[in-house]
Amino acid sequence: MKASLLYKDRDFDMEQHLPWNEDGLTQDLALDTLLDAMGNRDKFLLDVARKVILSGSRDMNTILYRQEILRDCLRNPSILRSAYEIVVEAIEEKRKSFWAFFSHRSPHSVLYGANESMRIFVAKLKLLRGIADEHGHEFKSSGFSRLFTMLRQELSDEYFEEIESHLTYLGSDHDVLVSADLGTGNKGTNYVLRKPPKFKVSWMKRITLAVSRKSEPFTFHLDPRDERGAEALGNLRDRGMNLVANALAQSADHILSFFNMLRIELGFYLSCLNLYERLEQKGIPVCFPVPAPADERIHSFVGLYDVCLALRTEAKVVGNDVDANGKELVMITGANQGGKSTFLRSIGLAQLMMQSGMFVAAETFSANLCTGVITHYKREEDTTMQSGKFDEELRRMSSIADHVTPDSLLLFNESFAATNEREGSGIATQIVSALLEKRNKVFFVTHFYSLARGFHEKGADNALFLRAERGDDGSRTFKLRAAEPLETSYGKDLYDRIFVTLDHTQ
Amino acid sequence: MGSPESQRMESTSQPNAISFRSILFEGSGQGMEGETQQEPPYFADLNLDQVINAVTSGKEEYNLKAFFYTSLKDIKTIRYRHEIMKDLEGQTLFDDIKTFAQGMHVVREYIGLSEKLSYKYQKERWFLDAVDLYCDVVHALLDDLSRADLKSRGLRSFRDYLTSYVRSDRFTALLSETEDVKTDLTNVKYSLIIRGGSFTVRKYNSEVDYSAVVEKTFTKFKSRRDPDLAGKGSVTDYRVKFPDPLEMNHIEAQALAFVAQLYPKIFQGLDNYCAKHTDYLDKTVSDFDREIQFYVAYLEYITTLKESGLKFCYPEITEPDLNVPKGAVHLYDYECFDLALARKLVSEDSPVVCNDFYLAGEERIFVVTGPNQGGKTTFARTFGQLHYLVSLGCPIPGREARLSLFDQVFTHFEKQEKMVSLRGKLEDDLIRIHEILTRATPRSIIIMNEIFTSTTLQDAIFLGRNVLEEIIRLGCLAVCVTFIDELASMSDSTVSVASTVDPQKPAVRTFKIVRKPADGLAYAMSLAEKYRVTYKTLKERLPS
Repeated sequence: MKASLLYKDRDFDMEQHLPWNEDGLTQDLALDTLLDAMGNRDKFLLDVARKVILSGSRDMNTILYRQEILRDCLRNPSILRSAYEIVVEAIEEKRKSFWAFFSHRSPHSVLYGANESMRIFVAKLKLLRGIADEHGHEFKSSGFSRLFTMLRQELSDEYFEEIESHLTYLGSDHDVLVSADLGTGNKGTNYVLRKPPKFKVSWMKRITLAVSRKSEPFTFHLDPRDERGAEALGNLRDRGMNLVANALAQSADHILSFFNMLRIELGFYLSCLNLYERLEQKGIPVCFPVPAPADERIHSFVGLYDVCLALRTEAKVVGNDVDANGKELVMITGANQGGKSTFLRSIGLAQLMMQSGMFVAAETFSANLCTGVITHYKREEDTTMQSGKFDEELRRMSSIADHVTPDSLLLFNESFAATNEREGSGIATQIVSALLEKRNKVFFVTHFYSLARGFHEKGADNALFLRAERGDDGSRTFKLRAAEPLETSYGKDLYDRIFVTLDHTQ
Repeated sequence: MGSPESQRMESTSQPNAISFRSILFEGSGQGMEGETQQEPPYFADLNLDQVINAVTSGKEEYNLKAFFYTSLKDIKTIRYRHEIMKDLEGQTLFDDIKTFAQGMHVVREYIGLSEKLSYKYQKERWFLDAVDLYCDVVHALLDDLSRADLKSRGLRSFRDYLTSYVRSDRFTALLSETEDVKTDLTNVKYSLIIRGGSFTVRKYNSEVDYSAVVEKTFTKFKSRRDPDLAGKGSVTDYRVKFPDPLEMNHIEAQALAFVAQLYPKIFQGLDNYCAKHTDYLDKTVSDFDREIQFYVAYLEYITTLKESGLKFCYPEITEPDLNVPKGAVHLYDYECFDLALARKLVSEDSPVVCNDFYLAGEERIFVVTGPNQGGKTTFARTFGQLHYLVSLGCPIPGREARLSLFDQVFTHFEKQEKMVSLRGKLEDDLIRIHEILTRATPRSIIIMNEIFTSTTLQDAIFLGRNVLEEIIRLGCLAVCVTFIDELASMSDSTVSVASTVDPQKPAVRTFKIVRKPADGLAYAMSLAEKYRVTYKTLKERLPS
């Protein structure tokens, strides 16, 4: 039984390898903020969201398949939640009942634990079937239709009765017939036993007493105080129950796997729902993106904003409108604090969200799929002291070159700035040119005038230049618009503002 | 040895227990004013956090960080520590102190058990063993110190104290009572008789080992194979590994209680002993045990570095002086290196490059330029580390040095852009620098590493100049690492130094920082080639 809510034909693999640059992406795009909102304090949900987003699909059909399912979920939030809760309860109740299993590891306790798990699972499966019966028709997506049909067919009333009969039989302490061979076994400890001649008699006395109570041939009645004897008999019974206990426990594990898988697949949509509700509360729009094939060059949107910034701040976030269809290079320049980094992050986040089948943070959004999202951001000084900053930047670039595939989306943020402007611009120009010629799309935020200027002067129509806007009073509007690069970043404003009150020591 | 006061201290150091105060602080002068657990704010930038973490690692029980976080403002105390450091550089004494420390550590472990465990006679026995060991350890330390040729005022004065302590009635009585009780307990031996529901304790009566008897009886059965194991290949080991906790269960405790009733006099003696000697530990000895670890820890840290050929020295120390005659060298360290980096390199068997620097006359500020990954940041860190280490009274990297005391150290190293702050990075930089300039005095040290990298060249030059002018006006010591060549020659108080490359192979850094004018060559292209990220190499590498 498969859920098939993330792929039409297979389960989502939580153990799969995430992209090589997982850590960099997480850090540079502030993914944790997004994932926190999606997880909504549920670590499991957060983890599912992380894996689905980072392993985004490159297949248009899969993305549209998920979008359809997600629309169902946004229409039926409470049903999704109850289904998920049932699944989680099944797993949690089983987990809590599981302790007995481990603390006394004997067939008797295995059987007991498996039986208990089974009873939990059966109850939850019945509830899931109930949801399918009652609400199945409210779901329009092919994914959910199939899941609910499967639940109704496979979990029939007759099937539940069959399980019940097994559990009833195995759950009771009835007699068993067990065959056995004689064996040896002399548990010794390292204690040094001393010969106790005077105690011999009293030992014999105890056994004789037991034998003397015998009331039929070949029957040994335990003395009620002979606890060791009772233990030994219980042990024989345990051996007899070993195989069936194993079979039942394994079956319980299979059902647990089914619940775990459901938890993952429903969980992803629940995490999307969490995010959706957070954004809805803040009154900011989302939309289902229109993906385009990877070999096209589409990037056009209205009101695209940085979803992480929106989640963090109470203030209204500024969305950007850009038409970069047909563009391979987007170069962003302009004022410090002009919203350049925020814009770059919003591009990366929207791409990841789109390719995972989610909605994106914009009024409208369309972009071509890409084979990978890769970030190259300026990083803090290397504390392992291996290298200088510029060296580290080039080393990271080299490792990108090892992994990049055509039709990737590369986001550079103030890269190669750890050297002087002339050399930094020179190297950045070479790198960007090579990437473009190998059919990649590049967004580059820089304060290097000569870098931006150089590409601008080429006048190629595959490049778009955006500038962080600045009001006439020097205030920042955080909105970008298409404009050629300018040669200043307004550092003097800041200096005057901060140092104007400086009292000179001396 | 400088001041008249310290000479007086030396000449009057007679065997007089009262005169010893602390192995870290002299009889008079600066002391610990409350122990801080707070790392100074510049530690991480200077990688001093790595140094001090490594120095104190494994010595957490002594809480040494408080000592390493407290810089001395007083030359006299620094000299006091120098003398002790020098004594401890003698291998024999160093080993003796380590043996002492190990002993005291075990004493504390025993005491810990004695406090942790539940049953009376068990607790008391651990206490007795702790005190017994303590007496041995103190004796051994005194023997060792008596044999040593001590030069430092601190250690000599402590030895005098220890001599009188060991001779005191308090200590001799403790010693003999410990011996008596211990001997009595060692001679106790008993047997347990365990029944189905009972057991008995009695005096041991040399009974026969029954396990040997049983084994002999069943030897003939040994070759019989267990049908359950047929084909399994290996024989199961049925022996249960019993956990051996230090705790007693109530049965063991009851048995011990019976033993105590069998030998009432001996256990009464133990009771009395424990009640009497709760304050067995001498405060001065225990403080010494902790404080001497300051020296041990640091010397241990630098040992491997010394063995690899790096030099350490006891620097000459000066007060900050704003009026040095023209041309007179007032600050220098020859063959110095970054203590954190050196440890890493030595552990990898890589060579450590040492640097020389000096400041003469009006010179106060190093402006460091030159190729990246050429040792610029390392030079800046080294400068800060050296001064801080001086203020701890430690030997410092270098063959020969003269360095200055300071009131505060300020560092400004570029921090990774954090989304938490919605302010731009440049604004952060400026606010932090402004705060530094507001708090710094002419006695401070300022270290700035690659600031203003996230703005235009034009802005960077403008801002760099303004900030450096403020520092020049202040007159304090500073190191400023920058890619802006224009800053290197702003005033007579700035010294232009640069990282260098091997002229034959421009891509090879020498990690030498030398005095020379900034020449604008940053050799970035050579690095790009090294990493194969030039246009040409990328075109070859990237898949189509």
